[in-house]
Amino acid sequence: MPALILQLTRVGFLILLWLFVLAAIRVIRSDLRLAAEGRVADPSRRAARRAARASHGVPLPAAPGAPLTPTMLVVTAGSLAGTRIRLGPGPILIGRAEDSTLVLDDDYASTRHARLVQQGSGYAVEDLGSTNGTYLDRTRVVAPTPVPVGVPIRIGRTVIELRP
Amino acid sequence: MRRPAARTGRAAEFWLLVFAALIVSSALVIVELNQSRELTWTLAAYGGGYLLALAFAHVLVRMFAPYADPVLLPLVALLNGLGLVMIYRLDLAAAGKAAAAGQQAPTAQAPAQLLWTGVALLCFLVVLVVVRDHTRLAEYPYTLLLVGLAFLAVPALLPARYSEVNGAQIWIKVPGLFSIQPAEFAKIALIVFAAAFLVSKQRVLTSAGKKVFGLVLPRARDLGPLLLALLICLGVLVRGKDLGTSLLIFGVMLAMIYLATGRVSWLIIGLLGFAAGAYLAYRLFGHVRVRVDIWLHPFADPQNTGYQLVQSLFGLGTGGIFGTGLGAGRPDIVPFASTDFISAALGEELGLVGLTAILLCYLLLGGRGMRAAMSVRDQFGSLLAGGLAFTLVFQMFIVVGGVTRLIPLTGLTTPFLSYGGSSLLANYIILALLVRISDSSRRPAAAAPRPAEDEAPLTDAPTAVVPVARGVDR
Repeated sequence: MPALILQLTRVGFLILLWLFVLAAIRVIRSDLRLAAEGRVADPSRRAARRAARASHGVPLPAAPGAPLTPTMLVVTAGSLAGTRIRLGPGPILIGRAEDSTLVLDDDYASTRHARLVQQGSGYAVEDLGSTNGTYLDRTRVVAPTPVPVGVPIRIGRTVIELRP
Repeated sequence: MRRPAARTGRAAEFWLLVFAALIVSSALVIVELNQSRELTWTLAAYGGGYLLALAFAHVLVRMFAPYADPVLLPLVALLNGLGLVMIYRLDLAAAGKAAAAGQQAPTAQAPAQLLWTGVALLCFLVVLVVVRDHTRLAEYPYTLLLVGLAFLAVPALLPARYSEVNGAQIWIKVPGLFSIQPAEFAKIALIVFAAAFLVSKQRVLTSAGKKVFGLVLPRARDLGPLLLALLICLGVLVRGKDLGTSLLIFGVMLAMIYLATGRVSWLIIGLLGFAAGAYLAYRLFGHVRVRVDIWLHPFADPQNTGYQLVQSLFGLGTGGIFGTGLGAGRPDIVPFASTDFISAALGEELGLVGLTAILLCYLLLGGRGMRAAMSVRDQFGSLLAGGLAFTLVFQMFIVVGGVTRLIPLTGLTTPFLSYGGSSLLANYIILALLVRISDSSRRPAAAAPRPAEDEAPLTDAPTAVVPVARGVDR
């Protein structure tokens, strides 16, 4: 074999190897972007929270005129902080029970604490007779209440949020 | 469900697999060109076998873990494929050397390794099918502890005739049939045990304890079983003279305790214990002293004890930045080039640039494992994935650190690259568990197993299942 071709294969192979690494990183990056979608909507989320606080806990739609569709549930505080669950058509059961969708390890949560059910294009939170109650921002949830994107739901020491 | 096809990542996995297959095939062709050999049908059979294995694995993931991380399998496919090519290339060198000396060629290792890859993929299938829900593994912690300890203890207790290879008594040899290295499997059992144990004890571990110099010291009895398990492992391994595995298991246990509690005091205690243990081992055991002396002064005895490491360093030096090209170097000069020293062989022929790419593949593998650990919805899965991902990367660190003389050489296999059936099987089991956990962490909530939709009304549920822990909030 001519030496030139061998040299070319030698360099070419290393390039190929690095292209593979870069391709893998690209796939990972698009995956991370999907997971971080919530962060893009940060300003509107904060606005929603501020609005909710201002009106003494009566949550308003996230962004006036352009209600966001939640696609993800994110745990923002508590022992499971950082966990993300993609929302689907079925209800999301939250509690300490093993078969919950979000299994809490929280002394202040009940076995079957609350659930999120789809309502139109959004979700509603419903307390399942928990001992310590479920709070949407500052208000205790007594009947199924619509959950705007970005408003915290407190369950025991765990806080979850819906993100677009 | 929104855009299910775009979110499962199976298409991305397919294209990455095609890319990996392309790289491995071109590696094989380059080896043949550099060795001035014809492209033969035997070679096509090797390549075909490997491609078939890849396709099989991809279909399996589509069927049994459709939401799994799309990067895990292609990374492993690339590493395993490059390992196969390097082992084949070392076979050629060994055959050439034997022919020059007028001897019969030694048994080729590449066909055996290809066969083991097939068996490993079957294991991958079995684990994916049997473990449909990784939380089920947490139900048998003490059984797994016993299994793990038994696997570690058997070689140490067997007569050396059935368990000793090259001075390390860590094998189970069935003469004429096969030999396995049970420690590779024991490692997995012990990680599952540790994850289950730490989850059940987490609350106590993070809260109770005395405060000394600003560090909250844990109570010894909370960690009793874990420390006992660790001591037994280390004892067995010191008797088997297998330093690499004891270092690996110790490191993984420490990392898992840290992951579970998030407390630095555990790390400090562990590292102090490690320093004391390392010093004692150096004073007490001759084989440890030899390893450390080779590490500090490899050129003191280059023809005898230091030979392997010195040749590995020369190999890496010959490779330089861009390497000699696949098939154009002399990696076969290093003893055990296809097992412990395969990273030196790859470093010689692919250079710093190529070896860095391979190390990055491990880093990505570990990173994706940690990512699955962070996003999975239960703590057992989180600790298990964290521990498994950590072993892969830490094992690679011990091996490459040893080969490049960063740390003393300990003799472990390189995950997925090295020749060796036990190692390949065990690492594919680890991969299957990571795929399973990443599948459950990326699965949309509605598609989760056991949906709670058609449950009995809450009023019908027995009252015994609605207690609130410790009655703090009654």
